[in-house]
Amino acid sequence: MIWLDTIAQGILLGGLYALFATGLSLVFGIMRLVNLAHGDLIVLAAYLILLVVTLLGLSPWLAVLVAAPVMFGLGWMLQRWVLNRVLGPDILPPLLVTFGLSIALQNALLEGFSADSRRIPNPALEGASVAVGPLNLGVMPLLTFGSAVAVILVLNRIIYATPLGRAFRATSDDPVTAGLMGIDPRRIFALATGLAMVVVTIAALYLGTRANFDPAIGPARLIYAFQAVIIGGLGSLWGTLIGGVILGVAQTTGAALNPEWQILAGHIAFLAVLLIRPRGLFPRAND
Amino acid sequence: MLLQTCGLHAGYDRFKALFGVDIAVEPGECVAIIGANGAGKSTLMRAISGVLRSAPDMVLHRGVPIGHLPAPQVMQRGIAMVPEGRRLFPSLSVEENLLIGAQMRRGTGPWALESVYELFPILRERRASPGTALSGGQQQMVAIGRALMSNPDLLLCDEISLGLAPVVIRDIYAALPRIRATGAAVVVVEQDITQALTVADRVYCLMEGRVTLTGRPGDLSRAAIHDAYFGGHA
Repeated sequence: MIWLDTIAQGILLGGLYALFATGLSLVFGIMRLVNLAHGDLIVLAAYLILLVVTLLGLSPWLAVLVAAPVMFGLGWMLQRWVLNRVLGPDILPPLLVTFGLSIALQNALLEGFSADSRRIPNPALEGASVAVGPLNLGVMPLLTFGSAVAVILVLNRIIYATPLGRAFRATSDDPVTAGLMGIDPRRIFALATGLAMVVVTIAALYLGTRANFDPAIGPARLIYAFQAVIIGGLGSLWGTLIGGVILGVAQTTGAALNPEWQILAGHIAFLAVLLIRPRGLFPRAND
Repeated sequence: MLLQTCGLHAGYDRFKALFGVDIAVEPGECVAIIGANGAGKSTLMRAISGVLRSAPDMVLHRGVPIGHLPAPQVMQRGIAMVPEGRRLFPSLSVEENLLIGAQMRRGTGPWALESVYELFPILRERRASPGTALSGGQQQMVAIGRALMSNPDLLLCDEISLGLAPVVIRDIYAALPRIRATGAAVVVVEQDITQALTVADRVYCLMEGRVTLTGRPGDLSRAAIHDAYFGGHA
């Protein structure tokens, strides 16, 4: 019974990692940009939600509705004014710029919010749980997983069934020819990063209500996000969810064996998948 | 005048390909650009379509300088391109490839999904296939249909017969009269001189980035074209 519980907790934790990873996967899929500041942007969004909750006295759920458009705008501007200038045949400049952004963000957050660890207050649901058969599952972890599924459903719908998604895929295939179709790749990239930042805001809500956070935890979230994307295979959002679940289950199982093994077990699972399937479990055919 | 290039210079970072090219296209006209490999034909198409930028006054569309505009803005003015090598989007189905041509400009004209399917009926059958699963000729039809979807007043066709069997080339060119019947001007870049002389109202011959000959197909002698094409004195 304990094992069943451990695995269930791991699956739900995987939802959080999938939320971390989806924005990263979206941006990489459309513009082949690896955003090393992704984890720090999640932490930034968590502080933004915290700020809205504290200043306006809103519930965290309503605060997300305020923070998401702000993060969208921030992502849009970041792409339009910074990242679009460094995207090109050479993959090094965007890596350097986002690495620098990561350090700058961490220090700005440290300056603005101090090194104290904080938490988004969520008294209504913090300890709530529901009994599912023999298991007791937390309401917040269930909502996290549900949100991950919902985010992926909506993103897939956008990507495969709307003109915007068509433009995303065309630009990802061939930006020069997309330009000949009247589509400005720089505008598409800005929209994609804006959209990724909306997902980041949702991820930040669950990051900040689940446990304490401080300005320095971004890079570790980036690692989990990377691992989920790579395990799942580049280009498949459902693969990313499964990648997150494998990572989550590995971590909770490791922790059940010995609390010191939680993080290590996740890394070992990641390396094991890489050994067996170097391109991940569900790689896109034409990449 | 629909389109004019005036002393057009264009090229790539360390390599100039065009040295003062003057061409003109009247509304509804079909103009062929011929020339050997490396003569600058594709560079000319890329400069007109905005993939390569030039000085504003070097390209005029309806008298308006557009040389400096990027490709998306040139397209939205009504200049559509069928790029060399077809360049279909592999992640998009045939139908999506067509739809994306009309996404940013629908224009006023007869071209829409239905009329493109009537022009190339085989595409209706293959509408759900990935664009790149089609034969070369069918892919070329998609590329032409995709450009038509925006109802352009100028259609640029870069090497649409390249790599295709003669019978397929005939099918593709058979669509040209119906495209022109809608009033669109067409510029075709061709290595096949006979094909170019058959379809065009006027011909420009390029050699080493310069116009070496221009005129109506009937007025040009074989010898003159040979000289303009190869630069020899045969």
